[in-house]
Amino acid sequence: MTFERAVEFSGLSKNEIQLIEKLLERKPTVEELGVFGALWSEHCGYKNTKPMLKKLPTTGRHIIQGPGENAGVVGFDDYAIVFKIESHNHPSAVEPYEGAATGVGGILRDIFAMGAMPIAMVDSLRFGRRDSKRTRYLVGGVIAGISDYGNRVGVPTVAGELVFEDSYEGNPLVNVMCVGLAKKDGICKATAIGEGNLLFYYGSKTGRDGLGGATFASAELSSEGEDKRPSVQVGDAFTEKLILEATLELIDKKLVVGVQDMGAAGITSSSCEMAARGNSTIELDIDKVPAREQNMSAYEFLLSESQERMLATVEPKMLNKVIEVINKYELDHAVIGKVASPVTDNPRVIVREHGKTVVDLPLRPLVHDVPLYVRDMIRPEYLDQVKKIPDYKIPSYKQVLLELLSDPNIASKEWVYERYDHHVQTNLLAEPVMAGGAMLRVKGTTKGIAISTDGNGRYTYLDPYTGGMQAVAEACRNISCMGAEPYGITNCLNFGNPEKPMPYYQMVKAIEGMGEACRKLEAPVTGGNASLYNETDGEPILPTIVVGAVGVIDDYNLSMFNGFKKAGDKIAMLGTNKNEIGGSLFLTKYAGKVIGECPSLDIDTEVRLQKLIRALIAQQRVHSVQDISDGGLAVAVSECAVNSKRLGASLDLQDDIPLDALLFGETQSRILISYPANDKANLDVLKELCVSYDIPLTEIGEVTADRKIVIRVKGKTLIDAGIDDAVKSYNTRYIEE
Amino acid sequence: MKAKIEVMLKPGVFDPQGKVLMNALHHLDYASVKDVRAAKLFYIEIDEATPDAAKKKLDEMADELFANPVIENYHIEITS
Repeated sequence: MTFERAVEFSGLSKNEIQLIEKLLERKPTVEELGVFGALWSEHCGYKNTKPMLKKLPTTGRHIIQGPGENAGVVGFDDYAIVFKIESHNHPSAVEPYEGAATGVGGILRDIFAMGAMPIAMVDSLRFGRRDSKRTRYLVGGVIAGISDYGNRVGVPTVAGELVFEDSYEGNPLVNVMCVGLAKKDGICKATAIGEGNLLFYYGSKTGRDGLGGATFASAELSSEGEDKRPSVQVGDAFTEKLILEATLELIDKKLVVGVQDMGAAGITSSSCEMAARGNSTIELDIDKVPAREQNMSAYEFLLSESQERMLATVEPKMLNKVIEVINKYELDHAVIGKVASPVTDNPRVIVREHGKTVVDLPLRPLVHDVPLYVRDMIRPEYLDQVKKIPDYKIPSYKQVLLELLSDPNIASKEWVYERYDHHVQTNLLAEPVMAGGAMLRVKGTTKGIAISTDGNGRYTYLDPYTGGMQAVAEACRNISCMGAEPYGITNCLNFGNPEKPMPYYQMVKAIEGMGEACRKLEAPVTGGNASLYNETDGEPILPTIVVGAVGVIDDYNLSMFNGFKKAGDKIAMLGTNKNEIGGSLFLTKYAGKVIGECPSLDIDTEVRLQKLIRALIAQQRVHSVQDISDGGLAVAVSECAVNSKRLGASLDLQDDIPLDALLFGETQSRILISYPANDKANLDVLKELCVSYDIPLTEIGEVTADRKIVIRVKGKTLIDAGIDDAVKSYNTRYIEE
Repeated sequence: MKAKIEVMLKPGVFDPQGKVLMNALHHLDYASVKDVRAAKLFYIEIDEATPDAAKKKLDEMADELFANPVIENYHIEITS
């Protein structure tokens, strides 16, 4: 490795190299360049997003751990819910199966490194054109990767999103969230502290896998630039399971001071971040690292992204007990260094290869003083050009409904989740189609944990600020619609190249919107990750904030889902229908592009709506609850009917707005409920509650036994579809096995 | 015409199957085993005019179906 090659591989700019030389008052070594390149990459250092992330709310009454650790933590009673979402976009674009599988592995390790047993995975996936061969290949690979890895480790994948939109054609998004459960006093931090303590490596051996992955993840993909591709990481789920059990045992027996997984930038990021948290100098003897291949250099050891590896801080007196546990699980292990100072203001990282020092760097600039880039905000012109909606043609409304129900963005995802062991651990309370998220019980208590991921690239493209707010609002709305209170969120920021004005503007505005919604909904941010440079041949993806929310319900027996329960029940809508067809899936489908004005979102109304629905569910005043989202009112009511397995619905709407918008518009802050018909006392309280939360309630129809979905507007029948046709459309499988 | 396509992971790409086999061999006291790599072998009958034409077709097939060229190499042999 020459100096010039190391500069190239580091992904650092000329200015950044000069900054490093000034900082060190000398030329960095090849290894040091590698270390800087990894820690100053967007993936580890957040150099483009940190100025905005600092403004996000990160504290609140349920928050135990905000950003900065392996994962965020919220709490209830004696329990801690540990959760985080991460992207594995670039690896999945190159090799979908291994890319998605190792994405699952990475996020799992973040959760159990904190001492939490992973209880659920949620995936948010975005792919390109529905009809392209490449898309089918990627979808098949990603889903197989997630299911093989998740199933082998024994963690259920319980919910998620699957969206097809042309802009993701060359650059799919694979965002994976994991949720774990621990006792509050069993949480372990990722820190290296205590002079003389040992740095203990365990898990798989280190090879040359994914060399420089963190810098790779922060570079645009080009259809020709395949040379920069690192050797792909291959996951080993059985070893992961062993590491999971070993790690939880080490933490449970209090044998370790701190644990971190080796994710992007492997040993480098894990050791430096742990030492920076502990404000302690560390020394590594890099040739002690268990090697899978021969003749590996310090540079390769430092930057390898071999999977299934962990780093722990261990007191010397505990070492034998630690090794006993690790041997029981037949894992590789080695002491690779030590904490070499007490807590200090100027901690350093020192790496030796065969006794010779190859890295000697101050930790503060490496980890804390990452150069930050704040750029000028230039409002992109497209934002004005996309507002005008072109003429478009549609078939009959009945046909539109059936086409939307069979669209892979809306249709049942059963063909996906049936491949996941979604009921393993036996905590999931309803099939994934039954809600916008998942509800899991906490065994031995009455509490339930609700999880949802949401984010709409179409909205964020048309109006970044509103799109950012909407992602949080919808994720939390899905939690509230099951009856749980949102406790906190994690997020994946998937954007184009931040060095270009358009993606930068989108990113800044969307994060602002996200922060505002988090503040108002009292769902603080506990962490997440940023995936920038999602472009192929210069074209950025739709700006996509994916929000993963978790919430808690006091009694999971009360949790509510979307299927109608009883013929004769009344159907009502909470919220207001508006003339907003822009950005809808309907318009994208029939106008052929993402266009129009983003649906508006009044966040104060949203907050009241969510409090109202939680109150209605807690008081058992409703029989079903459904959030109105993709496909609008007509699709929402159809899903309630389809998921009831037998019941139909008859609606008569009275609104004075264009029919397309009324039936298929995606106006925010609307929820469909059904409730008993002849219970006047119940209805009176229900109405009172709506008044007290200042949310309009409109009775729009009833649940029927005649197996039909009938939608009238002012008495005129617009849609009259048989349930069987709706079920058939809704069960359209994107990939036939 | 008969042909063989051998598909194996590229050097350096981690092979969990090979690793498990090696561990198992060590448990069975075959301590001298230093490495195991798994590979796949496909036997194909193909109707083409010449061995070169067959090889060209097999090359396409291997690239598109038999191997994952991102992480695997392949080797084609016309056997008869």
